[in-house]
Amino acid sequence: MALLSVDELTVTFTGRGRRDAKAVSGVSFDVDQGQVVGLVGESGCGKSVTSLALMGLLPSRGVKTGGRADFDGTDLLTLSPKGMRDLRGSQMAMIFQDPLSSLNPVVPIGVQVTEILARHRGMKGEAARREAASLLERVGIPDPTRRLKEYPHQLSGGMRQRALIAMAVACAPRLLIADEPTTALDVTIQAQILELLKELVDEEGTALLMITHDLGVVAGLCDQVNVLYAGKVVESAERRELFDAPTHPYANGLLGSIPRLDGPRGEPLRPVRGSINDTIAWEDGCAFAPRCDHYTLECLQGTPALGEPRKPGHQVRCVNPVLSDGAAGLRESALPEPDEAPGTDTVGDDGSTEAAAVEKDAAVGTAGTAEKEAGA
Amino acid sequence: MSTKTDKIDRLAELTASTETSTGASLWVEAWRRLKSSKMAVIGACIIGVFVVVAIVGPWVAPYSPTAQLWRGEVLTNQNVFVGPRAENWLGLDHLARDEFSRMLVGARQTLLVGIVATLLGFTVGALVGGASGAALVLGGKVGRRIDTVVMRVIDMMLALPSLLLAVSIAAVLGQSLTTVMIAVGVVQIPIFARLLRGAMLAQGGSDYVLAAQALGVRKRRIALGHVLPNSLSPVIVQTTLSLATAIIEAAALSYLGLGNPDSAVPEWGVMLAQAQRYFDSAPMLAVYPALGIIITALGFTLLGEAMREALDPKLRS
Repeated sequence: MALLSVDELTVTFTGRGRRDAKAVSGVSFDVDQGQVVGLVGESGCGKSVTSLALMGLLPSRGVKTGGRADFDGTDLLTLSPKGMRDLRGSQMAMIFQDPLSSLNPVVPIGVQVTEILARHRGMKGEAARREAASLLERVGIPDPTRRLKEYPHQLSGGMRQRALIAMAVACAPRLLIADEPTTALDVTIQAQILELLKELVDEEGTALLMITHDLGVVAGLCDQVNVLYAGKVVESAERRELFDAPTHPYANGLLGSIPRLDGPRGEPLRPVRGSINDTIAWEDGCAFAPRCDHYTLECLQGTPALGEPRKPGHQVRCVNPVLSDGAAGLRESALPEPDEAPGTDTVGDDGSTEAAAVEKDAAVGTAGTAEKEAGA
Repeated sequence: MSTKTDKIDRLAELTASTETSTGASLWVEAWRRLKSSKMAVIGACIIGVFVVVAIVGPWVAPYSPTAQLWRGEVLTNQNVFVGPRAENWLGLDHLARDEFSRMLVGARQTLLVGIVATLLGFTVGALVGGASGAALVLGGKVGRRIDTVVMRVIDMMLALPSLLLAVSIAAVLGQSLTTVMIAVGVVQIPIFARLLRGAMLAQGGSDYVLAAQALGVRKRRIALGHVLPNSLSPVIVQTTLSLATAIIEAAALSYLGLGNPDSAVPEWGVMLAQAQRYFDSAPMLAVYPALGIIITALGFTLLGEAMREALDPKLRS
């Protein structure tokens, strides 16, 4: 059984005199022990709200949650606030996006680390300080005893994030939720932080739920990827499978929109057209339909069900899945010299067996791309 | 080759030295900024002079503040008042007491009123505001209710014009210096309470509070250990600014005749009120205490504003 099993999680924001806003409308996924699961999507698709709901950190007023989120057999959504507080930090912990604002500016790092040790492990005084120093050392902060006395503004961005990770793993939690932990950092530091997270997951067997909009992070870290759109999982697959064969038009468009160094020069970028505001309620049909190049009238007949059009385990919520090989944009840019595209993390050349089997569907894919070009 | 290793050594030396120089805490940094601010230095100098005068004034005063230096010479002049002269630097007042000595001795009273009143306002206001803010951060229905009740009371106090409130309090408590202190202090309470509560409320929604919650830190610890220390800087600034207001308001109350009934004890506000009667013949007697009040208040205001700038997180590098 999975460590964390989220089943049809819904989060609705209600306000007096305002229409209810459904931020998460039925998200389901599992996270196993030692597994890295990615939750990918653009701004406003409900990734962060999902993570806050799991941690029980949504405001108590004006928010309604539904569904289940079983963590080791207990439903996080119905757990008492006290039970939740005991769980947070010790069993599950979270790392936030902006390391500077996530640390208290007027309290030394050491105090902030030791207070967690005091809270969950009952450590005090010298023992807590020594443990805090070894934690900082473990996340790769040099000269930890001196750093303990310093304030957050005296640390570099990467070191702050390391300190936050040290605080998160202080009590060896079984689940770590990382909400875009590298967004506020330099690219070089990003790589180091991701490396560190990977190491911790490998050594401790901690499960990691990685929330990001950065497909590069997903490619480097995640075992299983869930693509979120407008508060629902639209595609869920093993990492390689997703990058090889993005099947939902949204996932396909996302991967196709990544600029490539090896593409022809001067080639225009391929955005997924429209914005997340161009949407319809999932009850009425596919929320992505207004932005989709493949949409038909069938798309507007209620919520599309999750299907497995390619492979068992590769779930796609789409009536007209893209069954051609690779991402639409990628495929086309690779068309003139198909052999020249190297196996970067965004595209691979296996998965061609399925593609061959559905040769006729490839036409749909290319037609869609042509249409997109016209629209752009 | 040797120049190359020299270069590397030199580089290592330089990089090492920059690393050790970053040993400053938040307050140390604020102090450094304060020192480099002209406004703060001028303000601090004024306050320094004022405090020294208030402490040593009674001992260095050339005459007793109550001694009447009446030697008949006054009558020889057309004017009853003796202006500045070698023996009496600022002249004599309407009862022929040395004005300079009275100014020196009066400084102590003025400072005392300012400090005691501000301390009273700060202590009670910070307690009320802190409790209210903490209740709000701790959350829950009870916390919100406590906050609502407390803040409505504070709002009622704030709704009254401060001087009117002080006058009513002074009228109820009777005429004395203690009354002035209490009256001025009570007026400051709602300001401190609202300020601290507002700061705590703003800090309560910040990322580090969420991060601390995500790590299971107890709410009480979050309110007292994280939110409160971050909310203190506006309150500290307000304390300095309040000293200026308190001195002015105390003077105003004395001026209105609500201060110390024993007018022999010099106090700048009382001196100003008494000089008013003789403004035609001796306007300078009103100018001296007024200048004293204005300059002192200016000193506290300058320092307060400089502190606000030094502690402003938006200006922090």
